[in-house]
Amino acid sequence: MKIDPLAQFNVKALYPLLIGGIDITFTNVAAYMILSVALILAILGFLTRSSSLFPTRGQMAVELLFDFLSSMIKTYAGREGLPYAPLVFCLFLFIGMGNLLGLLPYAYTVTSQIVVTFSLACIIFVSVTVIGLVKHGWGFFRLFLPEGIPVYVAPLLIPVEIISYFSRPVSLSVRLFANMVAGHVMLKIFTAFAALLAGGWFAPGVIFPVIITISLFAFEFLVAILQAYVFTILTCIYLNDALHLH
Amino acid sequence: MDIGAAKMIGAGLATFSLLGVGLALGNLFSTLISSIARNPSAKNDLFPIGLLGFALTESIALLAFIVAMLILFS
Repeated sequence: MKIDPLAQFNVKALYPLLIGGIDITFTNVAAYMILSVALILAILGFLTRSSSLFPTRGQMAVELLFDFLSSMIKTYAGREGLPYAPLVFCLFLFIGMGNLLGLLPYAYTVTSQIVVTFSLACIIFVSVTVIGLVKHGWGFFRLFLPEGIPVYVAPLLIPVEIISYFSRPVSLSVRLFANMVAGHVMLKIFTAFAALLAGGWFAPGVIFPVIITISLFAFEFLVAILQAYVFTILTCIYLNDALHLH
Repeated sequence: MDIGAAKMIGAGLATFSLLGVGLALGNLFSTLISSIARNPSAKNDLFPIGLLGFALTESIALLAFIVAMLILFS
């Protein structure tokens, strides 16, 4: 048996499509993204099918989730951040659903592709910059020089701040991508070792790797939710920078 | 030295950054535990911050993993 922990991240073409010389092949990544969005819509639609002033249990669950995220925005970005609650809500649901879908056996993890996470991070980066520019105009560039800083440190501080500002989308996307890839590779290696052991002469000993795999799976479940949470919390912090300029 | 052996040595050296991550995680959780022990009523406020710190620190470890993988398989 050959162990190839990276084979699970192969992108397969499901329906080749070429329009005007641009390759927009329908791949398994796109299929799983559509599936996760459809699942989110179906679950939310089902839970809130009969919205009323006296919420049912399902409606209550959705409202709890939305309240949790909007209180997070209020804590990290202030009241001015509340109009952006739908964006944060969608981000959390999309990333969380993508991560959780990937935990199913034979399923594909969309967030293990750097292009997916980097596009998400770029959406955040560009929209936060535009929000800041619209709100503060040229004053937005005061973000790179916090108040109360002596002038003679400015030549040193401004480049550092600019570099840290532009490395935000990279760190945001690489964090999610690396977590997902590392978690799935680790799970694959441990299960493959368990399968190897089960075929060998030391078959009863397979119980230990199986126990470890189960606990790793629980850990991955935690990581899937936690990474979606971290992504949205950092979005809130960036939003706060754009809205309040330090 | 042939290139395969050099790759393996390089990937092994890349895991040295786990030293810093181990220190950071130990520091994070020891501080979290001692602050909760000093003020148990603040637990609900401190725990999410601790988890956030955990996730941010863990991502450094995963960067080391990505570097090791890139050295090994590229």
